[in-house]
Amino acid sequence: MEKTEALVGRASARGGLQPAFLGLRQCLAIVAKDLRSEIRTKEALNTSLAFSVVIFVLFSFAFDPGVLNVQDFSGGLLWLAFAFAGALSLNRSFARELQNDCLDALVASPIAPGILFLGKAIANFVLLLAVEIVALAVFSVMYDVHLRPQLGSIVLVTLLTTWAVTVIGTAFSALTVNLRMRELMLPILTYPFLIPPLMAAILLTTDLFAGKPISADNTIWVRVLVAFDVIFSLLAVVFIDIVLVG
Amino acid sequence: MRDKILYILALVGLVLVSWTLYKVWFVLPKQANVAAYQILYFHVPAAFTAFTGFFTALVMSGLYLKTGSLKYDALAAGVTEVAVVFASINLVTGMIWARYAWGIWWTWDARLTTMLTCWLIYAGYLILRRAIDEPTQRAKLSAFLSILGCVDVAFVYKSIEWFRTQHPSPVLSVRSGGGMGPGMEAPIYWNWLGLACIATVLIIIRMRQEEVAREIDSLRRAAHAY
Amino acid sequence: MDAVWKYYGDFPALKNIVLQVSAGSTVALLGRNGAGKTTLLRILAGLSKPSQGQVRVQGADARQESTRRRIGVLGHGISLYDELSAIENLMVFGRLYGLPDPVERADEMLQRTGLDRVRDGLVREFSRGMRQRLAIARVFLHSPDLLLLDEPFTALDDRAIAVLHSLLAETHQRGGTVVMSTHQLREALELATHVALIQRGQIAFAGERRQEMLDDTGWLYRTYGEN
Repeated sequence: MEKTEALVGRASARGGLQPAFLGLRQCLAIVAKDLRSEIRTKEALNTSLAFSVVIFVLFSFAFDPGVLNVQDFSGGLLWLAFAFAGALSLNRSFARELQNDCLDALVASPIAPGILFLGKAIANFVLLLAVEIVALAVFSVMYDVHLRPQLGSIVLVTLLTTWAVTVIGTAFSALTVNLRMRELMLPILTYPFLIPPLMAAILLTTDLFAGKPISADNTIWVRVLVAFDVIFSLLAVVFIDIVLVG
Repeated sequence: MRDKILYILALVGLVLVSWTLYKVWFVLPKQANVAAYQILYFHVPAAFTAFTGFFTALVMSGLYLKTGSLKYDALAAGVTEVAVVFASINLVTGMIWARYAWGIWWTWDARLTTMLTCWLIYAGYLILRRAIDEPTQRAKLSAFLSILGCVDVAFVYKSIEWFRTQHPSPVLSVRSGGGMGPGMEAPIYWNWLGLACIATVLIIIRMRQEEVAREIDSLRRAAHAY
Repeated sequence: MDAVWKYYGDFPALKNIVLQVSAGSTVALLGRNGAGKTTLLRILAGLSKPSQGQVRVQGADARQESTRRRIGVLGHGISLYDELSAIENLMVFGRLYGLPDPVERADEMLQRTGLDRVRDGLVREFSRGMRQRLAIARVFLHSPDLLLLDEPFTALDDRAIAVLHSLLAETHQRGGTVVMSTHQLREALELATHVALIQRGQIAFAGERRQEMLDDTGWLYRTYGEN
């Protein structure tokens, strides 16, 4: 890190950091800050993980494993759990800036609102992914799901869907940060939006858990995920300054 | 002058709807294979109106962001609210027809599910508006949600359609099933015009309400500030 | 600020504000609660966009990144992260402001504010005075040319006020500009070179500080204010 600082220092001596490089540094500063805060307190990580596992346990009572083929529901169960657990940590994303009026300091600083949003989204993405990896391992044990045959595809679908959840969740976290019933408003607004990507994830994951590769019929769902990710990331980054600047 | 237009529009709307009702109940022959199909004459146009409304709200939100004039925000809010009403009509009439035709209240038919999802998205919009007191902030945040919402409607529509082609379920439709006789499709469009007139009247009334509410809000702020 | 209006809905919080602040001056922004001081400062800080009109700092628009890099803002909250240490907090802002040597600068500011011994301590564990001083360190970290302070003397203890004074003096010497809104007339008037009085969203008076203001702090309100 120090070496990078020195290099950057030389660049700036010539008159200011290059804008693109500065944007990247700012983004990373936000990511590092959020991750560091969360790792120190571990609040969201622990509650999300615990919540996911509780949902898995509860569902085992809903389905009699002998009678029904749990494989048919595995994708849905997993992604429902991830979606609900995700809301817990996504809520904190902008909410933690309210304490001590940090959000004002961030918006007043030279960081572009889009980059601030991306920084927070990336941090949320990493945190959600961390919870999902552990929860997935627990899930595969509890429900006897074999991940290895289609591991690559499972990873791909997880990454794409988690980013979709993150983008929408972070954007709406910013949207609701100053509202009265923030904890309630975030899920109400976010879940309907996430129906397309969650639907895609559920369909794909159910097949993948059964050991089947992504069939020709199902590639459309991968494309839905990619399109959703790209379009909503763009929309969020472009329009987020409306939400952040009063 | 404006009021006169409002009354005329309302009248035209009511006339069209009544005429359609008359035609549908008394003139057109009953379809043997499809029960209570008359309700479709409201079910289908309500959907058209709702989706048109969502798209119009997107345009209004964009115009607000561009011009900063709260008039567009009032329009966007009014249009969305009326669109949600018509979405509700679509859902309820769909459920009633499903009950008559299939004996069940709900089937995860592609179009009903799409409409339900859109209803949820825009109900969220309305809830958001109620949660914000300050008009300028409310306008900005609503505009953001409206833009994202309309884009998502496109995703929802396509996704659910593709889902249902892979996993078919009972379909609520007369057109794809038995053919409709001549002269049976026209009333759908006439009724749509009628409903559109009524929708416009409701939107304008709602818009006026928004503007009065804003005026009251600013008076209240002035009273408290100075 | 040129012909700036700020509406909340239909309510004009700021009406046709025309204000020119010359570089190197220290402006005391006075006015009753609800007159529009905070709104004005927020617009200058880039936290809020004017409904109409233009805001320019050193020739450039207030919301531009290059402009915001030269502005320092001290609001009511301390704007620090409780779970991070003092040095980590300053590093975040150092990087956001594009400082070429954030670590050295942060250490320097910690020393200036007397916090170098708690460099690695978490802000959560700081006393109130320490938090205030760290907040001040954050504001001056990037050596801003324009300082915007919203009622700075209200919540500060003596040690923090001393630090603030010395840093403000340094900024003034560098040719920096300060705009501070305040209720503590006496404190502000001693530091200020210029005074602006805002009333009901409008500038009632803007000009150089006069002797009458120092002698009798009510003079300004009586002469230019209402009632």
